[in-house]
Amino acid sequence: MRRKLTLTQQDALIGFLLILPSLIIIVGISLQPIISTVYLSLFELSRGVTSEQTFVGLGNYAALLTDPVFWVTISRTLYFTIVSVGLELLLGLAIAQLIHTHPPGWQFLRTSLIIPWAVPTIVNGTMWRWIYNADYGALNGLLLQLGLIDKYIPWLTQPNTAMNLVILADIWHSVPFIALILQAALATLPTDLDEAASVDGANALQRFVFIRLPLLRPAILVALVIRTVEAFRVFDIIYVITNGGPAFGTVTISFLTYLESFSFGHVGRGSALAFLISIFTLIMAFIYIRILYRPVER
Amino acid sequence: MKPKILRKLLLGLLVVPVLLFVYLPVAWLVISSISTRAELLSVPIHWIPHQPTLQNYMNIFFPAQGTSEVARTFRITLWNSLLVASSVTAITLVFGSLASYALIRLRMPFRQPILLGILGTRMIPEISLVIPLYLFASRYRLLNTPGILIITYLSFALPFAIWLMAAFFDTIPIELEDAARIDGCDRLETLFRIIMPISTPGLISTGLFVFLTAWDEFFFALIFTSTVAAKTVPVAIAEFTGRYVVDVGSMMTGGVLAAIPPVILSLIFQRYIVSGLTAGAVKG
Repeated sequence: MRRKLTLTQQDALIGFLLILPSLIIIVGISLQPIISTVYLSLFELSRGVTSEQTFVGLGNYAALLTDPVFWVTISRTLYFTIVSVGLELLLGLAIAQLIHTHPPGWQFLRTSLIIPWAVPTIVNGTMWRWIYNADYGALNGLLLQLGLIDKYIPWLTQPNTAMNLVILADIWHSVPFIALILQAALATLPTDLDEAASVDGANALQRFVFIRLPLLRPAILVALVIRTVEAFRVFDIIYVITNGGPAFGTVTISFLTYLESFSFGHVGRGSALAFLISIFTLIMAFIYIRILYRPVER
Repeated sequence: MKPKILRKLLLGLLVVPVLLFVYLPVAWLVISSISTRAELLSVPIHWIPHQPTLQNYMNIFFPAQGTSEVARTFRITLWNSLLVASSVTAITLVFGSLASYALIRLRMPFRQPILLGILGTRMIPEISLVIPLYLFASRYRLLNTPGILIITYLSFALPFAIWLMAAFFDTIPIELEDAARIDGCDRLETLFRIIMPISTPGLISTGLFVFLTAWDEFFFALIFTSTVAAKTVPVAIAEFTGRYVVDVGSMMTGGVLAAIPPVILSLIFQRYIVSGLTAGAVKG
């Protein structure tokens, strides 16, 4: 160095060196691959990646958007997303509020909620698949003993039932996540508003709906966006519980992408699907950042 | 006072169904793992096994001649998972915290766009990266190695760690750094002597989330590994399911063993989890 750097220049240099390793990794394993995916999506590759490439432009996208299978899959994915996230939010909110009122055993309950959240997704799926088992499953066993059914039911042989049962397994895993976030948010809310409303004669329900709920909005939005993105790209739990069946009845958009790319060898089409999922996710990411990201000005 | 006590009791009654919903499936997982094959397949169900057995655990830890392939190799997959998850955690904590500090605290060009770009890449789904990464892995003969999992897991772990650490660094008062600078520390000394030590809770929380996410990861492991050389626990468990003759006992035992590390870690570091969740952390 011929001359001494100014402090600002020093900062910039050190900063650059500090972020360089991360930047190289992110460019190499996220940015470059996503660009390759877009590139591959412009080609007809119908017998695996090694097959002859024919440039088709937006052909794969056009073919997808006119394919009824694509739209059925999208609507199925939306069903999964809306029903599971909706129920998870309602139950999560109810449990968070329950913990907030400090009933007997609330600390134990709060600790217990960590368990379903911590159980790995694949274990969660395997466990529920065994519970749903047609011949020896605990669900059939329980319902029969309670007298609610008179013979064992093959739960996973009907597409709609199978989908709803996958949703139940997802709820078991994700309600605790939402409940824990919302409970933490509730604990930080100022209590004076609540007390004032109470003095003014508002009942518990009114105080919840008109005071706490609006204050919880940011936390709810965070939980909603995170869960929506996750649910829209659901794969693992479907792979284990139904493997997309019966009769492709629980195939979601990620699962379809997986099938196209790795089972049917339609790599170009699979890449186009993968990119469409990214677009949706990036839109959600944009909303997410708008909510969470505060520009740091120093 | 009377109605208040009554109200407490009623609320306490509401806690019961929630606890049942949490614990019944887990209890059934554990019970299935210590049941004999005959009892698992009995109708009506044996809720409490008449002859509890640890045979399934023995099969995994001390495999004999007759035990199935998946059970015999399960130990190795546990080791693979541990190796991959720890390596990813270590690499991510080092590179992620350095980058995060620079992006939050140093005056440098393009800081804002870089930070936003990193947050954006965090949201890219694995499925959108997998084909090019697969081509890369097969070209460099990295399929079925722990290495390819460690590399590819960084795609979600690193942006995630940068984001989480940024939230923690942001809460450290800048006056602390100014004081250190006045006392004669340069930037890097300030970082390593002052900032890193007081960021320990952030580092623990971030490390915990990265470890749990890597331990949980299934999709990349499914695509990139098929032999016992690198197969992780989730793939091994999914393979129990895939068999034509399903060995439920081994499968549930594998499930219990796979769940123990994350559950225990999460319970020990409970308070870090809630603060991490609030900062926007996610695990599958």
